[in-house]
Amino acid sequence: MITFENVSKTFVVGNRKVEAVSKVTFDVEEGDIFGIIGFSGAGKSTLIRLVNGLERPTEGKILIKKTPLHELKPKQLREVRRKIGMVFQNFNLFSSRTVEQNVEYPLKLSKVPKAERNAKVKQLLQFVGLADKAKSYPEQLSGGQKQRVGIARALATDPEILLCDEATSALDPNTTRDILNLLQKVNRELGITILLITHEMQVIQSVCNRVAVMETGEVIEQGEVFETFTNPQHGTTKEFIAATDQSLPSPQLLDEWRAKGGTALYRIIFKGERASDPILSTVTRKHQIDFNIIYGSIRELQQQFFGNLVVSFEGKNDAVTACIQELKDIVDIEEVNTNES
Amino acid sequence: MKVNWETFWIRIVEATGETITMVLGTLVFSSIIGMALGILLFTTREGNILENRFISALLNFFINIIRPIPFIILLFVLSPVTREVIGTTIGTAAAIFPMTIAASFVVARVVENNLISIDPGVIEAAEAMGASPRQIIFTVLIPEALGPLILGLTFVSVGLIDFSAVAGTVGGGGLGHVAMTHGYQRFDSSVMFVTVIILIILVQLAQWIGNFLSKKVMRR
Repeated sequence: MITFENVSKTFVVGNRKVEAVSKVTFDVEEGDIFGIIGFSGAGKSTLIRLVNGLERPTEGKILIKKTPLHELKPKQLREVRRKIGMVFQNFNLFSSRTVEQNVEYPLKLSKVPKAERNAKVKQLLQFVGLADKAKSYPEQLSGGQKQRVGIARALATDPEILLCDEATSALDPNTTRDILNLLQKVNRELGITILLITHEMQVIQSVCNRVAVMETGEVIEQGEVFETFTNPQHGTTKEFIAATDQSLPSPQLLDEWRAKGGTALYRIIFKGERASDPILSTVTRKHQIDFNIIYGSIRELQQQFFGNLVVSFEGKNDAVTACIQELKDIVDIEEVNTNES
Repeated sequence: MKVNWETFWIRIVEATGETITMVLGTLVFSSIIGMALGILLFTTREGNILENRFISALLNFFINIIRPIPFIILLFVLSPVTREVIGTTIGTAAAIFPMTIAASFVVARVVENNLISIDPGVIEAAEAMGASPRQIIFTVLIPEALGPLILGLTFVSVGLIDFSAVAGTVGGGGLGHVAMTHGYQRFDSSVMFVTVIILIILVQLAQWIGNFLSKKVMRR
């Protein structure tokens, strides 16, 4: 659907060259909700603007459904843009137009007849749950409502791709949840491929199926969200995950545990089906030792369980060693180091 | 020498008509020219939809040369051109020409300033929807800035009432001419008083209409 091949974008600021996007390669498949996460200044905004040609690449190839975007003339580019919807962090609604006129705007650009426009606007406002606000002006709406209008407007021309530029970053957590649900509905019911950028792991975790992590213009890690979340490779990825899901107790608590003479701690990660099996109790019972969960969580990620537990084992030393050995074949288990966390 | 008010009021009505003609005529022409120049000034700025360094620099240079020239000087400097274009340098039509030239550049800056205050994100959204530069100008820039633009044009038209008085003194007719010839040169303070009162009423009226229209557009 969207293919980036070695794409770079360099800006000239004064007499300094800044590489905002650097040799980026990725593929967004049809039906994906593909998330790009990065801290501010990582180049995400530039990257998403390359997809609809608001920025032109300095190097590399960008293919939208096999159309080479980087080769298009302005007029052809505008045609392609009409098939790519975009929503923004600050909504960017037209303050001089009512809600329905905002949604109607892209249809007017495409010279759709009036009757057809009216029907489409009505249907879209219904879809985003704002039918009663048709005659309101944007300034009379809350943030979440504004973003719903933004989404309805972006969907007006029946796009195949929806770009979301930090679409939930200006919203409170509850509203964020609503908008993310709406995006999921857009993806599932209308079959629209979504590419979103965000700095919140929460967003990736709750709606995306694939993710790319960006840092200083480069994509440093990408893959399935479940894989990336449960087995992050890069330090920055780990940082993002730590922000939503703390995998270990704080160093203070660990020190306290040790000061009280607590035994060695092990971190166990259960993925998918493993998380629903009674592995710990089965294995410890077999070796006749006890286990003590001192910290952890089990959560849902991409419709799969993901468990992260910190445990200690009580029993004879060789029994504990044998037990850990056996667990290693079934789940990810590692000893928690003193200086870690 | 005092005027005879029983017959002179007709002259005052005529002069008021001339002033209104000059102001409205100039407002119409300078709005069209100034709007075009202002939009060009804005859209050719760096990073904007019609970015063009050469046109931008040229326009700015030109405007900055014309604007500081006092109107009374411009009036004389332009008089050969006025004669060429209008056929005469005396009368209401002949006053509208230099007034339009001077006002267009003021309007251009007013328009540019109001367009700059539009949220760039809104323009970007229109671009992302596939709007052409022409569509952006007519369906985004002008509607989004309309309220402040009306207030800006109101400000300009109040200035034009002043311009018209100056133009009147050099043969443009209107209230300025009456005030100058009867009130100032012949020391008739009653004429001076009446013309000033009428000018004040005109300014108030212009401001009132401008406020009303902009309020209607901006809904606040």
